[in-house]
Amino acid sequence: MASLVPQFMVDIWDSFPPLLQFLITSTSQILIVTVGIILIVAFSTYFERKVIGAMQGRVGPNRVGPMGLLQPFADVIKLLIKEVVIPEKSNRFLFVIAPLLSLIPALATWAVIPLTDTFVIADINAGLLYVLALTSVGVYGVILAGWATNSKYAFLGAMRSAAQIVAYEIAMGFALVGVLMAAGSLNLGDITRAQAGGVSSWFVWPLLPLFVVYFISAVAETNRAPFDVAEGESEIVAGFHVEYSGVAFALFFLAEYANMVLISALTAIFFLGGWASPFEGWTFLGDDNLLRQPSLIWLFAKVCFFMFTLFWLRATFPRYRYDQIMRLGWKVFIPVTIIWIAVEGVMAWLRIGPWQGLAG
Amino acid sequence: MLTNYVPVLIFLGIAAAIGILLLGIGFLVGSGSKDDEKLSPYECGFEPFEDSRMKFDVRYYLVAILFIIFDLEIAFLFPWAVSLDTVGGFGLVAMAIFLAVLVVGFIYEWKKGALEWD
Repeated sequence: MASLVPQFMVDIWDSFPPLLQFLITSTSQILIVTVGIILIVAFSTYFERKVIGAMQGRVGPNRVGPMGLLQPFADVIKLLIKEVVIPEKSNRFLFVIAPLLSLIPALATWAVIPLTDTFVIADINAGLLYVLALTSVGVYGVILAGWATNSKYAFLGAMRSAAQIVAYEIAMGFALVGVLMAAGSLNLGDITRAQAGGVSSWFVWPLLPLFVVYFISAVAETNRAPFDVAEGESEIVAGFHVEYSGVAFALFFLAEYANMVLISALTAIFFLGGWASPFEGWTFLGDDNLLRQPSLIWLFAKVCFFMFTLFWLRATFPRYRYDQIMRLGWKVFIPVTIIWIAVEGVMAWLRIGPWQGLAG
Repeated sequence: MLTNYVPVLIFLGIAAAIGILLLGIGFLVGSGSKDDEKLSPYECGFEPFEDSRMKFDVRYYLVAILFIIFDLEIAFLFPWAVSLDTVGGFGLVAMAIFLAVLVVGFIYEWKKGALEWD
């Protein structure tokens, strides 16, 4: 390491006060992670179109660059040079602030996501509370956009979206209580470490109903098909972002896809062991077998799987009706999660499953 | 201990900066030609009939109120779930009673039709 960097640069670095070193390290880590997320978002739009195209017997984008791989960049440039229309009856300040309010939480939540066993930008104890708090802030972006636009479609879309998001947030919160009961910590790294031991120790098995509820609620939270009534084209044109154009629309788009990647990563961490290898428990592979090592690649593979599932859902299911969405959220998911929390209480009482080593 | 939270603050700042930067580029680079029709509220080719900040269904309020109740209960469950190994059998029984009360309220809402949407 030292041989790669000239000695005088090491000296300069060492002469910085520890606080400055800490700030520089964190900032560069944050920039690397943010750029990574934005690249993943860009290419997931490309893969979404390819996947859905293949499922519908089309080829998808294939003109820009080899196999259409440069399509996301062409889209970005197009959106950047488009005019940002601010309708005259709108509340201009809120109209401009709203896309920022959806983007900031979608990116900043990554601060507490553990990418590998040792790498996490902010290793805080209240990690899960932070995640829950920031994902809740995202709904303000939607409501403010709908309100500030001063258009009926936007207003209706925002109302629908907000009611749907808060309804599913409850099911999501209850599912997370179940995860906490099994993990015994709010720190996302500790939650992953509690699932050590390979595929059989992952929380997806003892918490299977919560896993299903969590993932479906996550789809509803991100306003993705089949829960995308907030932007149902056939009813309210585009919902809350009907009047947004150019880069303001791009920010909403970026936020939605960043939220999808985030929710995939969170599902992987809470239920599928995050960065851990599924073959961790296979001792016959040998101790230094690469397949058994925890690494970022495992987390990435799990995220890719969930992203693919989201695209798959969109290609497969027709849109839900709004009353069906509300019924699913309130009358199916909440009872299921409450019952499973009670079941977990009994399992903890009897010391089975993840609670084998429980003291007291 | 609190220094762990500093990167969170930096991240919030950087995320905001990225958003503002993109918006700024958009406003600078984007073409602009304003006219009355383009800036009027969009309503499928009609002149807007009335103010769009109209009355809306009271059920949205109801959902918001129910959300507050349940979200508080979730916040209440969090510390209990984290300390499951220290609260022991007493904690389990206490939370079972709490959840039972919650479920009674939930059944009441259900029977009253607060969860209906049609």
